Amino acid sequence: MPMFKQARWDEPLIFELGGRGRVSFTLPEAIEDIDVQIPEELKRGSLELPELSEPEVVKHYTRLSEMNYGVDSGIYPLGSCTMKYNPKINEELAGHPKVTYVHPYQDERTVQGALQVMWELEQWLKEVTGMDRFTLQPAAGANGEFTGVMIIRAYHLDRGDTKRDEIIVPDSAHGTNPASAAMAGFKVIEIPSNEQGMVDLEALRSAVSERTAGLMLTNPNTLGIFEEDILEIAKIVHDAGGLLYYDGANLNGILGKVRPGDMGFDVVHINLHKTFSTPHGGGGPGAGPVGVKDFLKDYLPVPVVEYDGEKYYLNYDLPKSIGKVKEFYGNFGVLVKALTYLKIMGRQGLKEASEIAVLNANYLGKKLKGTKGYELPHKELRKHEVVFSAEPMKRDTGVKALDVAKRLLDHGLHAPTIYFPLIVHEALMIEPTEGVTKEELDAYVDALKRISEEAYSNPELVKSAPHNTAVRRVDDVLATKRPVITWRMYRKLKEKGDIDI
Amino acid sequence: MTAKLFGDDLKVMPMGKHYMPNSAHKEEMLREIGFESIEDLFSDVPKNVSYEFNLPEGKSEYEVFLEMNEMLGKNKTALEMPSFLGAGTYFHYVPAHVKYLIERSEFLTAYTPYQPEISQGMLQALFEYQSLIAELVGLEIVNASMYDWGTSLGEAARMSARFTRRNKFIVPKNLSPEKIKVLQTYVDGAGIEIEYVKWNEKGQMDLEELKEKVEGAAGVYIEMPNFFGLIEEEIKAVGEIAHDNNALFVVGVDPTSLGVLEAPGNYGADIVIGEAAFFGSPMNFGGPRAGIFAVKNDKKLVRQMPGRIIGMTKDVDGRRAFVMALQTREQHIRRAKATSNICSNEALVAVAAAIHIATLGPKGLAKLGEVILKNTAYFKKRMKEVGELPFEGINFKDVPVKFEVPYDAIHERLLERNIHGGFYLKPHFPELGESALFAVTETTRKEWIDALVDALKEIEGDAYV
Repeated sequence: MPMFKQARWDEPLIFELGGRGRVSFTLPEAIEDIDVQIPEELKRGSLELPELSEPEVVKHYTRLSEMNYGVDSGIYPLGSCTMKYNPKINEELAGHPKVTYVHPYQDERTVQGALQVMWELEQWLKEVTGMDRFTLQPAAGANGEFTGVMIIRAYHLDRGDTKRDEIIVPDSAHGTNPASAAMAGFKVIEIPSNEQGMVDLEALRSAVSERTAGLMLTNPNTLGIFEEDILEIAKIVHDAGGLLYYDGANLNGILGKVRPGDMGFDVVHINLHKTFSTPHGGGGPGAGPVGVKDFLKDYLPVPVVEYDGEKYYLNYDLPKSIGKVKEFYGNFGVLVKALTYLKIMGRQGLKEASEIAVLNANYLGKKLKGTKGYELPHKELRKHEVVFSAEPMKRDTGVKALDVAKRLLDHGLHAPTIYFPLIVHEALMIEPTEGVTKEELDAYVDALKRISEEAYSNPELVKSAPHNTAVRRVDDVLATKRPVITWRMYRKLKEKGDIDI
Repeated sequence: MTAKLFGDDLKVMPMGKHYMPNSAHKEEMLREIGFESIEDLFSDVPKNVSYEFNLPEGKSEYEVFLEMNEMLGKNKTALEMPSFLGAGTYFHYVPAHVKYLIERSEFLTAYTPYQPEISQGMLQALFEYQSLIAELVGLEIVNASMYDWGTSLGEAARMSARFTRRNKFIVPKNLSPEKIKVLQTYVDGAGIEIEYVKWNEKGQMDLEELKEKVEGAAGVYIEMPNFFGLIEEEIKAVGEIAHDNNALFVVGVDPTSLGVLEAPGNYGADIVIGEAAFFGSPMNFGGPRAGIFAVKNDKKLVRQMPGRIIGMTKDVDGRRAFVMALQTREQHIRRAKATSNICSNEALVAVAAAIHIATLGPKGLAKLGEVILKNTAYFKKRMKEVGELPFEGINFKDVPVKFEVPYDAIHERLLERNIHGGFYLKPHFPELGESALFAVTETTRKEWIDALVDALKEIEGDAYV
């Protein structure tokens, strides 16, 4: 039996803690006690907030953290998320007062260091991806996708090519791809994958037309399979007058081997919080810089960072720019972390990161393959991730991918991404990254094998998992059927006796 | 295992190996899975496009630490130079325990909580963030954050258009240049037209012009305090005008003002947005930040809401638990029909804000608002000695000041005296002449203001200006 036990604090909500008159703030007094009269109807009436002392605040959030699992807790092989180790030096430098106490509107002469960080990071990203210019403004991958498709839109419109209102995405694409294209006003055309799990060239040929603005593609794709026909794909799209967009979520599979720019991509976004080791923070902040080929650089968001040989400066003079996609210059603190990582890794280190990430994924794939209940559809050679299907297990025992995921938690192992990509039934999408040991990989495979045995001998045990986490199987249907989103809503329901939690 | 402590084993290896344990076991692992070499793992990559990086070699952590320190050292901080910059980013002091807590690696290094059972800590912290913001803004539904205030505004315009099936969105003309640019990009693909309403002689929204433009609007947006730092005294009337025309009433707030200013939900706001990072996060040269997005508890509105939402539910044993709720609005399910493409948000920044708000509590929030109001009043009193204040009224943090000489020259003179002046308004609002937007907060010291006023007096008499 798995030995893992997560802390189970039954920690109350912060609103249920504290006591009248306790304080945890200290503030300087006002410079002068001037009476400022706010009109009565705009004055704050009451504030229903908890009153706590500092030790209580610290204990509360420490306990909450103990009911959470991060990369530093153990293997976290969420497919397409690249949960690699987050070096601590990154945090130290991003927390430097020379980063934190700097205002974005300061005179350029007083922020040369910050601008240099941005300029240097851009040079690294250009070489890593084979693109000619970058914006560091997007806050996340999806924000980068939106930036990229807006650039594609601006390019076509600028050329008077007003009919191009379609973006093509494969059926294996991340959900953000069609959502971003739709946000930019495009119609989304989905094309099927072939038996190998790759773009179906015939389907692509029949999808492109004079209405094609572009194709959004991730390579390696979401099955972890490298799109071998990428040069042909690029040709088909370009011949039709469309542009090629690279979703960089899976860049960790090809660093130092092949670059999006050399494969024919015109626009690229990368996730610094995936490939370049900045932590994900439980959902963000990330950063999603966007790179373009030279012919698209005039459409980038403003400002871009320039260097004239002596000083760094912000250039707002891009008359064709799509504008801005986020305030100021992006998630600067995240940029500091990524640059730190790049400098430590260097040419060899980056390449080695991909090599080990790919080795780990294939190692895990080979070791697990053949285990009863799991099958490995599509071709075998993978890059950074491998996608199994628990379809046979579900058919034989009723145990689903969801149950397997929950049972993994009982071992203190984070689950893979499940039910994605949509083209694999009962998908278990596993991306170990280069940050784990061989022993961790073996233990993960062993756990999946043991779960298979359990599924065939005692399926209820798996279906009722998890048992060792802070709470057991969570009712997400109830959360949507009767939404309780805030303490306010909860309190009202409680007063009416309409809730028993 | 015995490691050789001399000879070849100590030769410098490619850097980064300290982050990749299996770098030491390549051969063995390859053999186990039947591959000859690493290259075999990449046999599917077309050879004619393969590429060797032309990048510097890796370095030791110490060398990079030195390099980054030297680079960052070229920045001058608000601790080294009194600064009066605001205009949408403010120098607030963040109590030390906030940073300490969000750097707990169980929070810091987690992904989006897709597996709720093992991620209750982050889920509860985000539920509490939503709850604390709900109390501040006076609405019941809050999401777990957008990227920043500007992107919240873009999403609010899009949501208003979806909800009302109209395509005009009204905003004040005195809006931050950052927000104007973000908003325009966000609505461009949706075919939404932005209409600007001018400010009146008090620097507040001109109600007459609003009435002329409001017909057919999806939403009316106003900020409290506005970009000039002024309290919009007729904000309730703005809401009424919006509602009389079946437009949504969208209010942007600086949440640090909500200990002294009324909750927008209490004066009719349908959607409230703002910048959560004014709590809990330092300035960081503009990011990361976190956009507040709150709506009225109305099923139809909630269905149109962007972003991730955490809900309270129970587990199979009936214990309280938290989970991502109402996901059918989101991109991973609805794809092209999602309410937004947002996936990664600013979760940790939101948690930092929550910890800071919880630390302040009701009294701290009221006190913070009061100190800022009084400091701003002191600043105005002193600035009248050296410039003109184009708008009377009540200011919170930001104050426009008009000078008789070109402000860029004044800025130079201030910088020579190690003082950073305000944000030059003329390039964005030429009608304000030689004005700059100065800001103070609870962190501003009396000596700084006094030094600024003294410097401005000196500069006035300076022949160069």
